[in-house]
Amino acid sequence: MKDFRTPLKKVEGLGSAHAGSGHWWHQRLTAIVNLLLIVWFAVSVVTLAGADYRTLVWWVKDPVVTVLLTLLIASVFYHLKLGLQVVIEDYVHDEAWKMTSLLLVSFLSAFFALLGIVMVLKISFGG
Amino acid sequence: MVEFALPKNSRVKKGRVWKAPEGAKNVRRFHIYRWNPDDGENPRLDTYELDMDDCGPMVLHALIKIKDEVDSTLTFRRSCREGVCGSCAMNINGANTLACTKPIDDYQGDIAIHPLPHLEVVKDLVPDLSNFYAQYAAVEPWLKADSPAPAGKERLQSHEDRKKLDGLYECILCACCSTSCPSYWWNADRYLGPAALLQAYRWLADSRDEATGERLDDLEDPYRLYRCHTIMNCTQVCPKGLNPARAITEIKEMLFARRI
Repeated sequence: MKDFRTPLKKVEGLGSAHAGSGHWWHQRLTAIVNLLLIVWFAVSVVTLAGADYRTLVWWVKDPVVTVLLTLLIASVFYHLKLGLQVVIEDYVHDEAWKMTSLLLVSFLSAFFALLGIVMVLKISFGG
Repeated sequence: MVEFALPKNSRVKKGRVWKAPEGAKNVRRFHIYRWNPDDGENPRLDTYELDMDDCGPMVLHALIKIKDEVDSTLTFRRSCREGVCGSCAMNINGANTLACTKPIDDYQGDIAIHPLPHLEVVKDLVPDLSNFYAQYAAVEPWLKADSPAPAGKERLQSHEDRKKLDGLYECILCACCSTSCPSYWWNADRYLGPAALLQAYRWLADSRDEATGERLDDLEDPYRLYRCHTIMNCTQVCPKGLNPARAITEIKEMLFARRI
């Protein structure tokens, strides 16, 4: 069916969203944070290899470790959300599916991030 | 979702074979995409055998030889035959380039020629570039300034500032870059593509243009600009040796710079 719209009308679409630079730089920022914190986490886990349960709990209870673990989990899941969002925007063209999958990705990343953070805090503040 | 298989009426079938003239010693085979909107048939790949001892050195020479001497129904765009008009952009052995500046001897064996990828085909090797040109128009590729031009002379620019336009102004809008970009394949309706963005940056980088903020406002969009994932196909295929990926990164950095 001919719709008589000009190519320029279609390209202009709904105009610019005036957004995207935030997403772009948060993705890069979390990438750097992930890199640093995952190296720290990996080194710590290797150092703690063979340690017993009490030692590990004491390690998590260290305020610096608690903060770093919380940051690590937040950064990893935020980065995951930003990355999957891009994949969905690239490949999912059905609007209903796109909306559903974007909401699902946001919800699941928030859920698992909070789950991880609550676990760390429970250990940190627990008796 | 992305379509991984072509629709039934787009599947490419085997076509005719046009044999080389008898006595030809130096024969190359060209497999060329053919589609005619008027006959209701599927596209097909015709094979033309050419005598290279009686053919110019570039791929465009071979196409013109076919049209002149073998099969006059073959349709393709060409004009300047020296890489300044951008008309003969097409996909040769899997990479977009200009047929006029691409030597046949750059390839070994058979040569497959298709129209630029992921555009509607008008006929044979002629794609519909309406959307591509509209995207160029959408970045408003002209100088915008509120300050009046100095009386009786042009707007001046330092040598250093003029140098910043090198590598940008040379674009001939052949569409090789945009149609080589997977992001453009999937989202050409909303993503402006490397060619239009290179031109957008050409005006962002111009010291005489006073609409930088406005231009950046119009570009800051998850689809228009940020569909670029630095895949770099654009830079790899540009027949003029330009670097659209770099221009797009510069735009992203300008947008970042104004928010921190």
